Amino acid sequence: MSFWIAQFLTGLASAASLFLVASGLSIIFGVTRVVNFAHGAFYMVGAYVAWSLTERLSGAFGWWGGVLLAAAAVAALGALAEILVLRRIYQAPELFQLLATFGLTLVAADLVVMLWGPDELVGRRAPGFTGSIALFDQMIPAWDLFLIALGPVALGLLWLLFNRTRFGVLVRAATQDREMAAALGVNEKWLFTGVFALGVFLAALAGALQLPRESVNHHMDLRIIVDAFVVVVIGGLGSITGAFVAALLVAQLNAFGILLFPKISLVIIFLVMAAVLAVRPWGLLGRPDVAQRPPAATSARPWRPLGGAGRLAMAALVLAAAALPFVSGDYLVIAATETLIFAILAVSLHVLLSVAGVASFGHAAFFGLGAYGVALAVKGLGLGMGAALALAPLVGLVGAGLFALAAARLSGVYLAMLTLAFAQILWSIAFQWVEVTGGDNGVLGLWPAGFAAQPAGFYWLTLGLAVLVIGVSRVIMFSPFGYGLRGARDEARRAASIGVSPGLMRWCAFAIAGTGAAVAGALFAFLKGSVFPDTLAIPVSVDSLVMVLLGGVQTTLGPLAGAVAYKALSIWLLSQTQWSKLALGLVILAVVLAFPRGLVGVVNQWRDRWLTQRRPGHGEPP
Amino acid sequence: MTAAMNAPPLLAATGLAKAWGGVRAVDDVSFSVAAGEIVALIGPNGAGKSTCFNLINGQLRPDAGRVLLSGRDITGAGPARAFRAGVGRTFQIAATFASMTVRENVQTALAAARGQIMRPWGAGRNIARDDAMRLLALAGMAGMTERPAAGLAYGDVKRLELAIALAGAPRLLLMDEPTAGMAPADRAALMRIAVAVARAQNIGVLFTEHDMDAVFAHADRILVLDRGRLIASGAPAEVRDSPAVRAAYLGDGVLFAATADDRRQ
Repeated sequence: MSFWIAQFLTGLASAASLFLVASGLSIIFGVTRVVNFAHGAFYMVGAYVAWSLTERLSGAFGWWGGVLLAAAAVAALGALAEILVLRRIYQAPELFQLLATFGLTLVAADLVVMLWGPDELVGRRAPGFTGSIALFDQMIPAWDLFLIALGPVALGLLWLLFNRTRFGVLVRAATQDREMAAALGVNEKWLFTGVFALGVFLAALAGALQLPRESVNHHMDLRIIVDAFVVVVIGGLGSITGAFVAALLVAQLNAFGILLFPKISLVIIFLVMAAVLAVRPWGLLGRPDVAQRPPAATSARPWRPLGGAGRLAMAALVLAAAALPFVSGDYLVIAATETLIFAILAVSLHVLLSVAGVASFGHAAFFGLGAYGVALAVKGLGLGMGAALALAPLVGLVGAGLFALAAARLSGVYLAMLTLAFAQILWSIAFQWVEVTGGDNGVLGLWPAGFAAQPAGFYWLTLGLAVLVIGVSRVIMFSPFGYGLRGARDEARRAASIGVSPGLMRWCAFAIAGTGAAVAGALFAFLKGSVFPDTLAIPVSVDSLVMVLLGGVQTTLGPLAGAVAYKALSIWLLSQTQWSKLALGLVILAVVLAFPRGLVGVVNQWRDRWLTQRRPGHGEPP
Repeated sequence: MTAAMNAPPLLAATGLAKAWGGVRAVDDVSFSVAAGEIVALIGPNGAGKSTCFNLINGQLRPDAGRVLLSGRDITGAGPARAFRAGVGRTFQIAATFASMTVRENVQTALAAARGQIMRPWGAGRNIARDDAMRLLALAGMAGMTERPAAGLAYGDVKRLELAIALAGAPRLLLMDEPTAGMAPADRAALMRIAVAVARAQNIGVLFTEHDMDAVFAHADRILVLDRGRLIASGAPAEVRDSPAVRAAYLGDGVLFAATADDRRQ
């Protein structure tokens, strides 16, 4: 019994820092509508800076001063990032800010290794809380008891801030209605900066307060960010109290999950999140009427299929790509194959994100279903490559179809988070159901057959399928059904009133995107000759999102350009420098700042400008 | 009316009721609209017009009562089914597809009306091109069919919406404050177009409106709601003289006498 109580207290202590991180994330989203992926990075940097300061500042006051100073310093960094980066792109399509914060995350990941080294750092204990206290026959660290007390105190302070200060009232006003707050004379610019700095302060403080509990390392960012997202979604976006309740819940699930349900310990919080969203689609204490921004992909520039010259250029591009194995070695051919596979993945996400306007944070789910579909077909059913490549997309189709049915009631960020939960659930099945999936050891020996056994052959196969998938997606995009998808995205009420069901359209978009992603996953399995749970993991989802956003979410050729640019660049950087994340992050930030409409978006912009200059009087497109 | 005595009316609402919490937003409301008839639904703010409207178009399910379209029950059927039954509608805050051109907006509606919207091949921008152009000409938009819908002036958005609503060849057209937010000159033009099309194609029209000039100029019949109840129904002249209606509108007929000032705002 006493052991359980100790475990419970550990869970409560973890809840405190989780609450601080999640409440910061929630406040930032509530006011600025930015999904701050960098929040975990600020948490990690907070821990590193606090480590350095507490090493140097001595005495009881020094340690506490160091922790607070670290949080304040990182908050200043956060404010700087907001002013230099985010402030310039609030008007950009929704989710584009996510790309920027992803760039910040990459930069931070390499910078901490550069500055503090790759090894784990053990920090000093907090003066006055170094020992343990005997409770119920168990030794409980005094620091944990401090954190347990800190949670409710932090909640109370935040409540006071938001209900008893002018700043807090302004923040709440802006959360409810940004335009109205601006109309009442609130200086939006500095309010956003202030809110962002406050959110970052809370995250960095949480990181600094972890010093006495765990060593500081450069994996802290991703570990906390996923849990924090889950907490925010379970609690309800924009609700501080909701974040508190959800933090308690998630921390206890983490503490007891491993004991009670070792088989599903990794996935239990996602199962709970899915269950909560099924009952309350806006989280425990969230409100359904959180103002939604118009979908990111709604472009004021109507989409056009390629004209004659465009088609000719595409054909030339395909021919040039097909000639690659004649002029280059195997390494480049394999790198090009991987790039093409990710182009298929990006194009499939584009159908969902851009054409249907549904954001997904878990596109890896369908990629992984395709990869494991191949494993199942080859190892389980003894099928050859051709049959496996035909079967795998069906696995993606079924998975996406079932998921979209289950998620029918959700929309916006909540739906995006449920896709993440779905991917994580599949990941943990792949990871923990060792008898079938081989767990961490994966499924090996998935080699392509005959003609595709050589890199060049497999490259041509991949190129062929890429042309097929991309071609089909473009036919769909410009078909009557494509107009239906875009209509339901642009204006759901109007679509419903002309007999186009937005729910049905969304389901179809998931089915198409899931099938396309599974094609990519299946090819990836044969490229690597093996399948690991990694194919279902968060980095794949993030990469696919980054590729679409980088290319330009409002364009039709964006995902292709984004995938080629991003994948080729990251493969190349990886071979050139040990600081590839830093370089990639800086490139992403530069692109975000220079081309807020993405790579293809900027080309379109230039072309439009050129055309209007040539044809004054605002001519009609041909 | 006499010839159609035995046939069910185009729209028949009977005993509609809807309460929000304890407030009876719509309370035992019954009325009908005949084919080709222009009916205005008016009432002071908070009278229950919007709720009533959403009950008719199937967006809301009433607590009691039924909505019949040519005798067919469409109570709470939802917008998509109401559309298939022959109901077209425009919104108070106009809703069009911003990422498409004006013509593509109408083509999308035509594709949906003709059961082609689920077809994943063929060029959507070539579907029912001529019909789309004809509808746009009807709405007075022949000159701007290739413009992006996102760049239209609000009056044009409203006219585009009318063309979209007509694309389904509706038998009943529901217009929620069709002229709200428009410039006075545009208002009159839009109502003229809508009424002309309805008369020509024998479409029944039910519209809510704050602009009393539009109501009295175009409606064949006026329904007056107050605090959820239907307090008057009849030809414009009857309704204008009804003491109950005068009482409902601040008790002194200010609104009717002063519409000229009202309109300038």
